[in-house]
Amino acid sequence: MLCGVPLRDLVPSSIGALVRRGADFASAEDAVQDALVIALRTWPDDPPRDPQAWLITAAWHRFIDAARSTTARRAREVADVRSRAVGVAAEAQRDVAASDDTLDLYFLCAHPSLSPSAAVALTLRAVGGLTTRQIAAAFLVPEATMGQRISRAKRRISEVHLGERGEVATVCRVLYLVFTAGYDGDVDLAAEAIRLTRRLAGLSDDPEVHGLLALMLLHHARRGSRTDPQGRLIPLGEQDRTSWDTRLIQEGIEILVVALARDDLGEYQAQAAIAALHVDAPDAASTDWVQIVEWYDELLRITDSPVVRLNRAVAVGEADGAAAGLAALALVPPHVPRRIAVEAHLRERAGERAAAADLYTLAAAAAANTAERNHLMRSVAPSAWTHLRIELDGTTAEVFVGDATEPDLTVSDLKLGADASGGVGLWVDQGSVATFANLTVTQG
Amino acid sequence: MKYLLLKHYRGGPEPVEGWTTMDRWTPDEVDAHIQFMRDFAAQLEENGELVSADAVSPDGTFVRHAGEGRPPVTDGPFAESKDLIAGWMIIDVDSWERALERAAQLSAAPGAGGQPICEWIEVRPFMSEPPSHDELAAL
Repeated sequence: MLCGVPLRDLVPSSIGALVRRGADFASAEDAVQDALVIALRTWPDDPPRDPQAWLITAAWHRFIDAARSTTARRAREVADVRSRAVGVAAEAQRDVAASDDTLDLYFLCAHPSLSPSAAVALTLRAVGGLTTRQIAAAFLVPEATMGQRISRAKRRISEVHLGERGEVATVCRVLYLVFTAGYDGDVDLAAEAIRLTRRLAGLSDDPEVHGLLALMLLHHARRGSRTDPQGRLIPLGEQDRTSWDTRLIQEGIEILVVALARDDLGEYQAQAAIAALHVDAPDAASTDWVQIVEWYDELLRITDSPVVRLNRAVAVGEADGAAAGLAALALVPPHVPRRIAVEAHLRERAGERAAAADLYTLAAAAAANTAERNHLMRSVAPSAWTHLRIELDGTTAEVFVGDATEPDLTVSDLKLGADASGGVGLWVDQGSVATFANLTVTQG
Repeated sequence: MKYLLLKHYRGGPEPVEGWTTMDRWTPDEVDAHIQFMRDFAAQLEENGELVSADAVSPDGTFVRHAGEGRPPVTDGPFAESKDLIAGWMIIDVDSWERALERAAQLSAAPGAGGQPICEWIEVRPFMSEPPSHDELAAL
């Protein structure tokens, strides 16, 4: 924020202004990005009287310079004529055009021909007003790489006209991707996603946009309780609900209620409704899982996504018991991420501890981040103690598990021989987690 | 998603027929190989896919803690029979399939006689996907 003006907010309207003067989107966006970088550097010491006008003018000059240097003579002539004609009226019309420009930009940057990562990067730059450097840092790639990713994205949509509005769902998908991207560097992407979605909700009355905003607020309200200070995952049932941001929850619910009243249900409204049912419960045990299952049924009707089906299986397990959950899981295709973890959880609930332990180990190996892997490894530890008895006789050892009367394992050539002495060591293999207790050594 | 592409001096599956180590190539062949690597990295950057690329020396050792107050224990230089990493590239791409595609391209770097060496490139996904927000967080 500079001079009381959120500088990033001025970026979309500046791009729009240049496009209306005749610049193509790609060049306009580059020019505004260059001007933005200069603004960030010079404004703290020399703030402009009219920040929006400054940005548009500085960007326009850079556009002209670039157009000249590529000897795009025709573009320059067109631009010069337009700027003379438009200049005077520009300021008056600016406010009116700005909102339309911004909304158009949301659609352009989320165009279906772009890969998700390209759309996210372009949206953060052109709509979010972030610098290439900030976006690169957020995604842990070099600045040059991110710059290229954005340039390529713009080339890909070069045939698309600003003003061509497609499906709102594509824009929502990109914004949700920004929200779920995680937190790295100076920019909090979740907060950025909320900011961009709020702005979109101010420009569009589509209930899915409002549903998306509600969903983000309801998730964001609980962010602090999801991990402990060491970064360990805390499952929903153990999260400290008193730490949830009631203000954000209140706002999210209000927005959701209004959206649902429009009677035009979409996937984000349904997801928000599920989130609302979770936050509504004073404790995990009070969660209305039956209603949650009903909302998952609605969501499946809308999307038929395997990931949704997987989530529904978890909810069915809570509402109707582990056996029902496993039956629901059977309908989920293999290779869906986290499917093994869900099966492990349901089998554990069904009392199949050995199977669950094996599945948790497999799930940990398939985990996509270290926090989940560690969490799953900790779940492997059985909830009941296993009793082990080892009988040593000379160079033979017999291992009895539980109350077995016959040995489960016999080792007949102990390597240290019959006369070894010293300490007893207990350990498990790498990747395993175990606790030992009550070791007793008795002479036979 | 980020992936690690590992080049090995040795280790990995059985090399293809006729595969030779770099010390058997001519200086021109070595230069061509290194230029290919540079061009490949540049192409990855141009595509918005490059995170980093580095080569490491074959000199080195294994090190471990030897106990309180004791100097670390080394086990090196690297034994001839063991796996040895030559270097790596870290890429950020849209899919596993794309990572495999890029690794296969890297594998075609030229060697003896200017022919693609078809070396085995190890591909490992980074464990840095964002956490889930949904019911799976309940587990």
